[in-house]
Amino acid sequence: MSEKSRSKYGRSVTRRQLLAMVGKAAGGAAMYQAMSALGMSTPSPYAGPLKLEGARRDQKILVLGAGMAGLSAAFELRNAGYQVKVLDYNSRAGGRSWTIRGGDEFTELGGRKQVCGFDQGLYINPGPWRIPHHHYGMLDYAKRLGVPLEPFMMVNYSSYLHSTKAYGGKPQRYGAVQADFHGHVAELLGKVVQQRRLDEALTTEDQERLLEALKAWGALDNQYRYVAGKPSAERRGWAVPPGGGLMPAPQPSEPVAFDGLLSSHLWRYLMVSQEYSFQTAIFQPVGGMDQIAMAVYREVKDLVQLNSKVVKIDQSESGVTVSYVPSHGDGPAQQEQADWCVCTIPLSILSQIDIRVQQPMQDAIRAVPYAAAVKVGLQFRRRFWEQDEQIYGGISFTDMPIGMVSYPSTSYGSPGKGVLLGAYLFGAHAYEFTAMAPEDRVRTALEQGARIHPQYHDEFENGMAVGWHRVPWTNGCYGAWSEERRDKHYRNLCAIDGRIVLAGEHASLIPAWQEGAVLSSHDAITRLHRKIVAGAAPVKETA
Amino acid sequence: MKLPIAHAVRRAPGPRRPAAQALAVLLAIASSLAASAHAAEHLDGLEDPNHFVQRDGESIYHAICQGCHMPDGKGAQGAGHYPALAENPRVGAAPYILHNVIHGRYGMPAFGSALDDEQVAAVVSYVRSHFGNHFDKVSAAEAKSERASTD
Repeated sequence: MSEKSRSKYGRSVTRRQLLAMVGKAAGGAAMYQAMSALGMSTPSPYAGPLKLEGARRDQKILVLGAGMAGLSAAFELRNAGYQVKVLDYNSRAGGRSWTIRGGDEFTELGGRKQVCGFDQGLYINPGPWRIPHHHYGMLDYAKRLGVPLEPFMMVNYSSYLHSTKAYGGKPQRYGAVQADFHGHVAELLGKVVQQRRLDEALTTEDQERLLEALKAWGALDNQYRYVAGKPSAERRGWAVPPGGGLMPAPQPSEPVAFDGLLSSHLWRYLMVSQEYSFQTAIFQPVGGMDQIAMAVYREVKDLVQLNSKVVKIDQSESGVTVSYVPSHGDGPAQQEQADWCVCTIPLSILSQIDIRVQQPMQDAIRAVPYAAAVKVGLQFRRRFWEQDEQIYGGISFTDMPIGMVSYPSTSYGSPGKGVLLGAYLFGAHAYEFTAMAPEDRVRTALEQGARIHPQYHDEFENGMAVGWHRVPWTNGCYGAWSEERRDKHYRNLCAIDGRIVLAGEHASLIPAWQEGAVLSSHDAITRLHRKIVAGAAPVKETA
Repeated sequence: MKLPIAHAVRRAPGPRRPAAQALAVLLAIASSLAASAHAAEHLDGLEDPNHFVQRDGESIYHAICQGCHMPDGKGAQGAGHYPALAENPRVGAAPYILHNVIHGRYGMPAFGSALDDEQVAAVVSYVRSHFGNHFDKVSAAEAKSERASTD
């Protein structure tokens, strides 16, 4: 499309004017779609707030689960005009969109209870904790419901990269590691170019351009060397930084050697923030990740019944019957009737519930193992990472089992206490930490973290540790699909089975992310809505 | 900006070897980077963060199984449940337990790639002879044969 388009009034308009007109006339979603059509923004499966037109007001839809998938389903379906009810096992809404604050209690499977001792305003998000700029569904709920966001500091050049096996276990600054890695690679590739080893791949002109780029990218000197000097110091930092007046003359810092850097493996952490999911800008809700789920919950609170443990999901030609019991204590089974059901219960739980669906969906429900993950939050008397080490937000990575230390991306410079994410584990270490008692997870996170921050010893106050396989309402962190299982079962999982459709991160291609839950939910209820509107006549479902 | 490419070649074509070495190093870096992408995704730094180091059955049970089946083997009950391994006659069916450990079952992850045959046999034997269970040990050979069975 050319920069100027003809409007229907015959005037010539600029692209900006056109977008402004679209925005005014049809709202942000339409403008977004128009922008995509103009090639100005990344396309997304999210097409703006759902428009489920022509809902049948006599139809009742029962939503199981009050996490992001269930809450957004309830919100959209009621807005469309359906009768909606939501059941959730938990005593609070939000599911894995969860924030733990001072005074909160958490009793894990096995019965160990933790009472959070954090000061007011301090928290950890044991589940999701960041929202990339391209997670349109989540960001749109934040915007529509007025939830303020703040930048999540994904990359911090003054954070640490740490290996127990390199540099004597001394943490290295992220920015220095990156500068040295780029610099040495640039110098090496520069040599290759200068030795005419790339004549087959590039023209002489392009080789000259490449050399120019390498010099700039790698902070090389005029001889294309990566050595101590002003160019490298402007990347990795100074031994004596420039000051004012008669302060000491600046001294460049000394790059580390390439061979040691390669064998340290610290370079592997540089790639994390380059993944699409982690690229800046990336956000967190002010006050805790649960704020978006809570905002949706406020809109549908009257529909949600907590403390209800689903034990059976039945359906017939005429409707759905869900049996549930009180989540805690004794009580008779009760039944909830509806015309349709949107089930967002994690498959780790749903695979244990008696549900009447056809074999393909049954097989799909049972096909997905749940990943282990553990997070530990640690409260310290002061924000020593800011005060002593100039680390404001961001993540330090380590080869110790704790995996990382993440600093709060909020309230910088505040004089009081602070809470760190002191461990975020996956894989074998996550199982090992899950198998520990909560206080042992905290103690182990402290011992390991103190090798990066010795201040841990003096400043620690209290901690909270969540191992997701011990969380009573998920039995694991997220659906860990294999490619093979996904090929075989994913479409069967997502297809409408009679009067039942499933939704959640497990029914998405963005596992573990809230955006997956939201997009899955929107897709599921859109297809369900179409089926309902099409009427009583049997509708052939195409997933 | 005039760059010294042609000049460098005229003056000193240079031995092929250093350049070849440099290229080899760069290629090695590139392939390491590709290999590390998966590890980085999981944000951990161990050489093999997905393999357990414990060797004896009791240690493996304490490192893995008790996370869900609990230290006393009695399982747990929440929105769903973790089955008790204690005094569970199903533990007597060796192929069933081996299969679950190696290939997983429903939400339970597969540990076949995180444990070798000896480790699988050790932990299954431990469960079969503790928590009120009195069943025979299983061998690494049995674990190996169960590993070959399809999921």
